[in-house]
Parts: sequence; C-alpha cells; structure tokens
Amino acid sequence: MGTLWIGVIGTSVIAYALKLSGHSVPEKFLSHPLIKRINLLIPIALLSALVAVQSVTTKSAIVLDHRLAGVGVAITSLLFKAPFPIVVLSAAITSACVYNFF
Amino acid sequence: MSRVSSPTFRDSLSVSFTVGAYGVAFGAAAVANGFSVLQSCLLSLLTFSGASQFAVIGVIGAGGGALSGITTASLLGIRNGLYGVLMAPILKVRGAKRLVAAHITIDESTGVSLSQESRGLQAMREGFWLTGFGVFIFWNLFTLAGALGARAMGDPSAWGLDAAVPAAFLGLVWPRLKSSTDKYLAVVAATFAIITTAFLPAGLPIIGTAVIAIIAGLRSAK
Repeated sequence: MGTLWIGVIGTSVIAYALKLSGHSVPEKFLSHPLIKRINLLIPIALLSALVAVQSVTTKSAIVLDHRLAGVGVAITSLLFKAPFPIVVLSAAITSACVYNFF
Repeated sequence: MSRVSSPTFRDSLSVSFTVGAYGVAFGAAAVANGFSVLQSCLLSLLTFSGASQFAVIGVIGAGGGALSGITTASLLGIRNGLYGVLMAPILKVRGAKRLVAAHITIDESTGVSLSQESRGLQAMREGFWLTGFGVFIFWNLFTLAGALGARAMGDPSAWGLDAAVPAAFLGLVWPRLKSSTDKYLAVVAATFAIITTAFLPAGLPIIGTAVIAIIAGLRSAK
C-alpha cells in the first residue's frame, strides 16, 4: 500500500478516534486550563509552520519563487480584513501571473 | 429535532455554505499534491476536519512520510476531541446517534452550537446537528468539484494552486492570532520550520513546532 493511501486511512481512523474519545472522556480530564491553553496554541504553531514550509521550501531547500509573491499578497489582503475566498484567490492569481509571465 | 427556530437555521446554513465552499481549495490542493480524486474525496468524507486534511496532503505532498503526515494531521485533530468534551453534556445522545455526533464534531458545529446559548439548549442542539450535517454535505460536494477541476487544469503552478495552499493555511491560522503570545508563536514556528527544513527529514520541521507550542503554553500559564 502506498504512502498516499496510508496517509488517507491513517489520518481518517485517528481523526475519528479523537472525535469519539472527546464524547467519551470525563469532562474534568480535558478541561484543565493548561491543556486548553496548549490545545489553542498547537494549531497556531502547526499551521504557521505549514504556511512557511509550503511558501518558501522545495524538498529540503529554501526556494524563493512565485509562491512567495502569492503568499505576500495573501498576507496583505488579510491585513485589509479580506474574506477567505479573496485571500486564496488573490494569492493564486498573483502566483500564477508571476509563474507564467516572468 | 422538532421545530427548528429560524435564526439558528440561518446561522447554521450560512456557516455551512461558506465553510463548505473551502472544500474547493482542499480538493484542488489535494490533487495538486499528488492525491487522486478518490483519495481527496475519501479524506473529506472520512477525516472530515479541514486543518487535518490540509496537513496530511501538505506534509506528504512536500515529500514527508505517511507517519509524519498522519502525526501532524492528528495533532491538529486533538481539538475536535476537546469539542466532544464540550458537546457531550449538551447533546446527551447514546448509541448510533453518539457515533454520528462524534463524526461531525468540528470547529463549525461546535462554534455555532455554543453561539446559540442565549436561545436555549434546544437551539444549541439544533445548531450542532444542522451545522455539522450542512458542512458535511457542502464540504464533500465542493471537494469533489475542486479535485475534478484541478485534474482538468494540468500544471498546478500555472494556475497558482501551489500558492493557494499556503494562502488557505494562512486564512485558517490568521483569525486564531489574538494575543501577542499567539503572534510570537506563529513567527517562531514559521522560522523554525524554514530553518530546520534544510537538515530534518520532511515532516519533522512541522511536527517539531508542536513542542514549541507546548513550551509557549507552559510559559504563558505562569
């Protein structure tokens, strides 16, 4: 079985197990303030890391290319409080223009 | 679920459609990262948690192993477990209903439900079920549309898809950056991931930032 299929099935099984476990554990166990605090911070760290890696790296090298232009525009549109579809579209259009015309 | 109060219905439907439409970005990104249309759709049907889905395709697409992808996705899925802790005493369901409730326990269903508190327990339950099923339907339909669309396009870079993926992540994380700790953590995690990409195996630079988050949590709790 290939990496992609293992990824699809493994992620799905664990995702459901995590959801179901929440409906099954005693409330006081997971409602500790420190656990809640860390639970809010982990997605921030992981998502920020994903943004960075997908914007400026290719395999194990730092590569500054059309993607960075797109993400730069995404950051700008977020600073102007643009809605999600505009953020994604403006990034895609910018990146595609740089890729195709430069 | 007898009579559905209309403000709750409206809230649920608008959230369902807006969030579900992001499924286009996911379907397109999954195909751009090498996943088949079937695999993209199965991720949306079975994992059904946006951030986790983007993570597994992002990590594996960047050359990471299955284990790195699954671990990153699962760390992002922990919060759904916490939502379950919040929702269980509100829903009070058993058996098959509980198994279904678990699957649709995500950011949006929990968020809408909790936002209905002033309208009473019944509205909270309706908000959860309507939003959970609503997002499920739209998210899966739009994933299929995005995956098919991306496959028809050819070179993902020519359409800006390789920038749309990090932009989508950015759109997910941006509203979470409230306190100065949040913003500082985002910058440190991004920097750490970029620097360590040069020498750590693919996937680890991303998972490693969970440790930074734990340290930040312990420090800010003092």
